[in-house]
Amino acid sequence: MTLLEVNDVRRSFGGLVAVNRVSFQVNPGRIKAVIGPNGAGKTTLFNIISGLLKADAGHVTFKDCSITGFKPYQIARAGISRTFQNPSLFFQMNVLENVMVGRHRRSGREFAACCLRLPGQPKEERSIREAALAQLDYVGLAHLAGFPAGGLSFGQRRMVELARALATDPELLLLDEPASGLNTREKENLGALIRRIRDRGVTVLLVEHDMTVVMDLSDDILVLHNGTIIAEGSPATIQSDPNVISTYLGGEFRPAGEVELALLTGRQPDAVTGARVVPTRSGPVGEGAVR
Amino acid sequence: MTRLRPFFPFALFALALVAGQFTLRAMGKEYCLTQLTMSLYYAIVVIGLCLVMGYAGQVSLGHGAFFAIGGYTSAVLTTHDFSRFNAAAWAGALRQAHLLVTNDDLYGNPIVTVSPWAAFLAAMLATLVIASLIGYPALRLKGHYLAMATLGFGLIVYKIVLGTALFGAADGINGVPEWELGFGLTVSGRSALRVENYYLAGALVLVLLVLLRNLIHSRIGRALQAIHDRETAAGAMGINTAAYKLRAFVLSALLAAMAGVFFTHYTGGIGPSEASAFKSVRYVALAASGGMASLWGVTGMSTLLNYLSLRGLFGSYDNAMFGAILILIVSLAPEGPLKPLGLWIQSWFGRLRRERRPEHDAA
Repeated sequence: MTLLEVNDVRRSFGGLVAVNRVSFQVNPGRIKAVIGPNGAGKTTLFNIISGLLKADAGHVTFKDCSITGFKPYQIARAGISRTFQNPSLFFQMNVLENVMVGRHRRSGREFAACCLRLPGQPKEERSIREAALAQLDYVGLAHLAGFPAGGLSFGQRRMVELARALATDPELLLLDEPASGLNTREKENLGALIRRIRDRGVTVLLVEHDMTVVMDLSDDILVLHNGTIIAEGSPATIQSDPNVISTYLGGEFRPAGEVELALLTGRQPDAVTGARVVPTRSGPVGEGAVR
Repeated sequence: MTRLRPFFPFALFALALVAGQFTLRAMGKEYCLTQLTMSLYYAIVVIGLCLVMGYAGQVSLGHGAFFAIGGYTSAVLTTHDFSRFNAAAWAGALRQAHLLVTNDDLYGNPIVTVSPWAAFLAAMLATLVIASLIGYPALRLKGHYLAMATLGFGLIVYKIVLGTALFGAADGINGVPEWELGFGLTVSGRSALRVENYYLAGALVLVLLVLLRNLIHSRIGRALQAIHDRETAAGAMGINTAAYKLRAFVLSALLAAMAGVFFTHYTGGIGPSEASAFKSVRYVALAASGGMASLWGVTGMSTLLNYLSLRGLFGSYDNAMFGAILILIVSLAPEGPLKPLGLWIQSWFGRLRRERRPEHDAA
């Protein structure tokens, strides 16, 4: 059974085709990463899945129901939650209130009930607060509950955003570059956290530039280039895929060697020192990919 | 003690109302309560605007028009003579239900009019429909489309009111009867009922403040604030942003119309100036001067400034004054003057305390 199915999705901006007939599936309980050079269409794809952008063609199916053309809030209610490339917190609120907004779709009192505090409303409010605190605790930021969201560090903002997304009790979590802007230690914590999230039954689809994180974390990887899928498979398959290597390095294909692996995984094996990759044509170099 | 803390501001407000009355009585200026009562009704408009602008982040330049819709609907229905329909069956049925009542007009002739309560409900219904029609298309879009739509709408309402004989054209409508609310309470401008009406208006404001405070401290309030802060992220959290913006706007328009109904019965009439764009801009200026997202700041500043305006302090520069206030706030204190003032007082006290105990600093 597949949780999310993207079928032949296409989207162009003016003359530029950002996503070109992309089809793939996300299986439940897995961590799937979408990688690719800048401008490959990763974020566009994410925005289509989460409803911020409309696809020109193709359709998206979630839990065997079509969510094509749904508005963002409808997609969120279907069980897909997301984070943004730049943590997009509500800065007028404190940290806890931010996460409490995530409980919105899990609560239902409307204007009249809230104005008049009708029976059950204060109780619902308490349960929202408790659930939000639990999520904050889960990402390790419970001590910042009363802190204004605007005063957080970048890494903390990411974590609060993650807690907010988790507070919706999603079945599928979309993470748009969760590791960007984090330091090494924060990245390690993030990796562990995402794995814990998967282990509690939430499927994760992420876009990420940091190859160390991607290779370390993902169960499956999808490689996008110029809006089309050029490879899909396990981290090991991707690392030895000739297409991927030539796309990322802009070089002629050679069997996967130490250099490419090092560049892809971000690790620096000793053998690499002094080795050079000579680009034979001026292809797109994924700057983030070889960071 | 901490459990009671949210109630302190409300108690303080009630206390201020009482203190205001006793001060004016002691000064022998109890007639000033009339302007204070009118200011309290105007404050209801601004409180509603506070919800739309301060929380949902949408600008409305049409609240004067909604105030006028409320006021004019109830004024027309309670002064217009419907006696020519007396023979009709529906008129008899409405009379049975006390929705139609017999009144005296200005010259003492008996006329058949709609009862104030029924007129109030009709005004609310009219506002509900009109506000939904204005808000629905404008609020589906991101950005300040509501401001433009409501500005145009306000101008139309003003011109209609000014050019229609039924609405009294430039003279407005006079001779609006008292409104017997029940429980022995009457909305009326009679001087014998001045104190009663002052407390009635104050109590109405207080009740609305409690309701809105509850709303703001709930999932709805957070959703509105989230829309204000980051509409995209709010949508991704499952909030139907268009629907919530619309509901907040309609609720706020209803508050404005309600204030208009009470105001019209209190002053015994309504004129076209209430529908003018000047008034709508004034409400925005008052909301801004109270800090937009602060119910208390907005209530306080709006009551104070409207009172001063009604007492004629700004003379013929009345409207210019509110324009100037808006400019000053936007350029000098976008969060309203109260917050910076509060912070300044705090730091001033802090410095005073430190100066008094220099050994504390050294330690």
